[in-house]
Amino acid sequence: MASNPFLSRPTLSNTSISFSSSTSTSLPAHFLRNPSSANYSRRRILSVRSKIREIFMPALSSTMTEGKIVSWIKSEGDRLSKGESVVVVESDKADMDVETFYDGILAAIVVPEGESAPVGAPIGLLAETESEIDEARAKATSKSAPSSPKAVTPTPPPPTSTPAPAISQPPPPPAKPASDGPRKIVATPFAKKLAKQHKVNIESVVGTGPFGRVTPADVETAAGITPSKGIGTNAGSNIVSQPTPPRPAPSVAAPPPVPGSTVVPFTTMQAAVSKNMVDSLAVPTFRVGYPVTTDALDALYEKVKPKGVTMTALLAKAAAMALVQHPVVNATCKDGKSFAHNSSINIAVAVAIDGGLITPVLQDADKLDLYLLSEKWKELLKKARAKQLQPNEYNSGTFTLSNLGMFGVDRFDAILPPGQGAIMAVGASKPTVVADADGFFSVKSKMLVNVTADHRIIYGADLAAFLRTFAKIVENPESLTL
Amino acid sequence: MQSSLSISVSPHTSLTVQRSNRNALEPLAFAPPSKPLNLRFCGLTREALGLSSLRRNSDSFRFRLSSSARVRRADKFFVSASLSDNGSPPKTFDYDLLIVGAGVGGHGAALHAVEKGLKTAIIEGDVVGGTCVNRGCVPSKALLAVSGRMRELQNDHHLKALGLQVSAAGYDRQGVADHANNLASKIRNNLTNSMKALGVDILTGFGTILGPQKVKVGSDKVVTAKDIIIATGSIPFVPKGIEVDGKTVITSDHALKLESVPDWIAIVGSGYIGLEFSDVYTALGSEVTFIEALDQLMPGFDPEIGKLAQRVLINPRKIDYHTGVFATKITPAKDGKPVTIELIDAKTKEPKDTLEVDAALIATGRAPFTHGLGLENINVATQRGFVPVDERMRVIDSNGNLVPHLYCIGDANGKMMLAHAASAQGISVVEQVTGRDHVLNHLSIPAACFTHPEISMVGLTEPQAREKAEKEGFEISIAKTSFKANTKALAENEGEGLAKLIYRPDNGEILGVHIFGLHAADLIHEASNAIALGTRIQDIKLAVHAHPTLSEVLDELFKSAKVKAHVSAPVSEPIAV
Repeated sequence: MASNPFLSRPTLSNTSISFSSSTSTSLPAHFLRNPSSANYSRRRILSVRSKIREIFMPALSSTMTEGKIVSWIKSEGDRLSKGESVVVVESDKADMDVETFYDGILAAIVVPEGESAPVGAPIGLLAETESEIDEARAKATSKSAPSSPKAVTPTPPPPTSTPAPAISQPPPPPAKPASDGPRKIVATPFAKKLAKQHKVNIESVVGTGPFGRVTPADVETAAGITPSKGIGTNAGSNIVSQPTPPRPAPSVAAPPPVPGSTVVPFTTMQAAVSKNMVDSLAVPTFRVGYPVTTDALDALYEKVKPKGVTMTALLAKAAAMALVQHPVVNATCKDGKSFAHNSSINIAVAVAIDGGLITPVLQDADKLDLYLLSEKWKELLKKARAKQLQPNEYNSGTFTLSNLGMFGVDRFDAILPPGQGAIMAVGASKPTVVADADGFFSVKSKMLVNVTADHRIIYGADLAAFLRTFAKIVENPESLTL
Repeated sequence: MQSSLSISVSPHTSLTVQRSNRNALEPLAFAPPSKPLNLRFCGLTREALGLSSLRRNSDSFRFRLSSSARVRRADKFFVSASLSDNGSPPKTFDYDLLIVGAGVGGHGAALHAVEKGLKTAIIEGDVVGGTCVNRGCVPSKALLAVSGRMRELQNDHHLKALGLQVSAAGYDRQGVADHANNLASKIRNNLTNSMKALGVDILTGFGTILGPQKVKVGSDKVVTAKDIIIATGSIPFVPKGIEVDGKTVITSDHALKLESVPDWIAIVGSGYIGLEFSDVYTALGSEVTFIEALDQLMPGFDPEIGKLAQRVLINPRKIDYHTGVFATKITPAKDGKPVTIELIDAKTKEPKDTLEVDAALIATGRAPFTHGLGLENINVATQRGFVPVDERMRVIDSNGNLVPHLYCIGDANGKMMLAHAASAQGISVVEQVTGRDHVLNHLSIPAACFTHPEISMVGLTEPQAREKAEKEGFEISIAKTSFKANTKALAENEGEGLAKLIYRPDNGEILGVHIFGLHAADLIHEASNAIALGTRIQDIKLAVHAHPTLSEVLDELFKSAKVKAHVSAPVSEPIAV
């Protein structure tokens, strides 16, 4: 695949997640975000006006999909100062202290101790002043109500009652109280785990196992994966088939294996790439190409190279500066109904690593100077090599850059990673004969830049204008060093 | 009396014990002393093996030849003592010590009794070795040895990190089952031979207490003895409403035979037995559903260790669980229907779920095996089946008085349902009847769960220690070390693990040690010995450990403790529980 399968997936907003050291063995993390950027459909104006911040469930590991609140270190009404531990969250790997990134008052606890919440969901609210506590509590009530996350108005807590909302809102999800009498559980433990992992609704899976049981293979089929385990292994079978089955049972979906072929299961990273690539099919994309003259850029590069500046940093900086002028290209479409404008310009850069692909992110690439950016990039590369990138260092991108130019590729087509608005594919710069307006021929270095974008929010003219700006910056690169 | 002694059996028979068996004889499981019903399984102490029995045998041989006078003197003492306490006890006895039950507890007591020069007999109504050897720790260790290797061979990631390439691992169920069975019979023979070699009479048949110092063996034979130890052990506890058919609804007794490996098995009870079987079954390809009545899994463990263990032993495996629920009804598979399990909420008693699985393993603990023992003949009433005893294992009758010359050890008294605890209690009793007062410190008895990796503990858990500290007004501190910092663990690529020390910072007393990690069950003994001997942290932290070994995890642990007292205090008194 000549395209760029991107592993990363930005979190719901421009979250600033950072880790810091602590005396304890657990890793504390700051996880707070401003709700104004969190959910545009929800009372955006209100959120911006009042300084109520959401404390949300952090992604403590790349495999974490939900976290459990072990304990709230602070109680409602406690005053918090930046850097203090607020809550202990249990992920699939460890317990971690979550620290606040802002001063304020813990106004409301949305998810109580012992309960779980998906990554990114608000678990508490932080008010800046005491006067905002009540407002925050009111918000909390609406949040803790088991209504759809996009509810426009606060919904009364009991899901079974029929509220009469003033504004039309999605109907509450079917009530599933614990006391609806005995129900039969027909999915095996591993099937349930797989369903969660692949985000398959287990209730919609038709079980083919004994007694109509939903087996792991059923879930994998529903998730569009080749089942990794034979269906209906009989009790007392002599062969254990996990994770690579010695005798893969014939499955309806899988083509017959070619004799002599071997099956190598995905690594976690490869599985994530695969999933993101399949998800990308849901986005209507289009592509616009643009030739850019790079003689000036090459000259600049020669000049700044001894100072440790890399071509990646130059291109990222150029793209970031162009994005400043064309914010729509830095936007995201999350729900198919609205533009989600990102306040930071975070340039993700595709990096091939052994057996995978990851996108370290140069955060605030428009604000950092070229030298800082280059340093940052080296640091990210080092971490990527050591597989030590923190989630916010590979999934907070708002725009992606992919460069296959060094391999001599003259043009290619990138796949838009889900959650971003556009991705730029950069080809090799090569000498090209050019005729100018006066009919004079000359040889200039040119590279082809091809941008893939989400046509729901970014239109052809947007991309064209963005590319023209980008080309101008590259062709007059002095501004890059400012 | 001397003439009845048999010293004819060759001591060499006991030397056939293979050294490698020792690993298989480690204790299987444990639970804190405060919750006897959750206590499970057993272990086998070193005495079970005859390596030292040659020396012992010759000692006792010499002893008997040279000191019959002393034995007789002891006879007189005991006879007069019993005369003053009882109405009509026998005046002469067939044996000095009679042990009812030839499990690990009885065996440990018998060996020690012979060493002390007592003429000893042991009664067994089933097979020598009891639960531990035949239906517990021993065969389960064989299965766990298989599951550990299967896990290693299936862990591609782990193997790759070591640079190894192994093609898909498979197993032969019957072969695995045979391994467990062969191990049990080998250990059983070792046990029998070691007792025969020492001159312990093995009497076959069920023992019934007829009166003071008098026991009926089988249907007619009556045997008298100066002192009697009840060591009848326990059987799997099956709650009401659960129908055990031995095929699809089973107890550990059946599971250890490994007659099948179901696709999906529900394990009722997430204690040590349940946890070990989940390790075996998931390694062999089964999926497991735990059913636990309490609100969290692994209730007996230190909470921190339990949480970490859950993260390693449950969450990444093909295991799910229902907590806070009772299984009120379990029906075996029949007529083409699967095993059905009805669950109710443990608090509200409302019906919750119905599970349909291929098999169910009942691991809800063990019940004492004391029915038909004739306790009513000596006015002893059991409590939930357990024989009431004092801290010296002396049996208490229904009026609260001690029954002279009658002791009860092991699972039958429920103090600490572990094989090695039973054996230690037996040795304690023998010490007492041979004139040396002895009270066993149960807080120094280690316990282990042989999952991969293992869990082990000794002494108090953190909540127990905090409660005690509050009550008695002292401070406690916690020290922890990670296996990630241990060279040997990293060399094995098994850095997952934690060791935790609970201690008194004022005097350096060790209150409890909990280990989760590679070979935790072997590592705990440094801590349990320190507790047993009253060694303080400030002293033990100066001890040297070979480098690089896993034992350095404990070295680090002791060194990281901060004790305020620098002068070592005198050995503390053993604490009875």
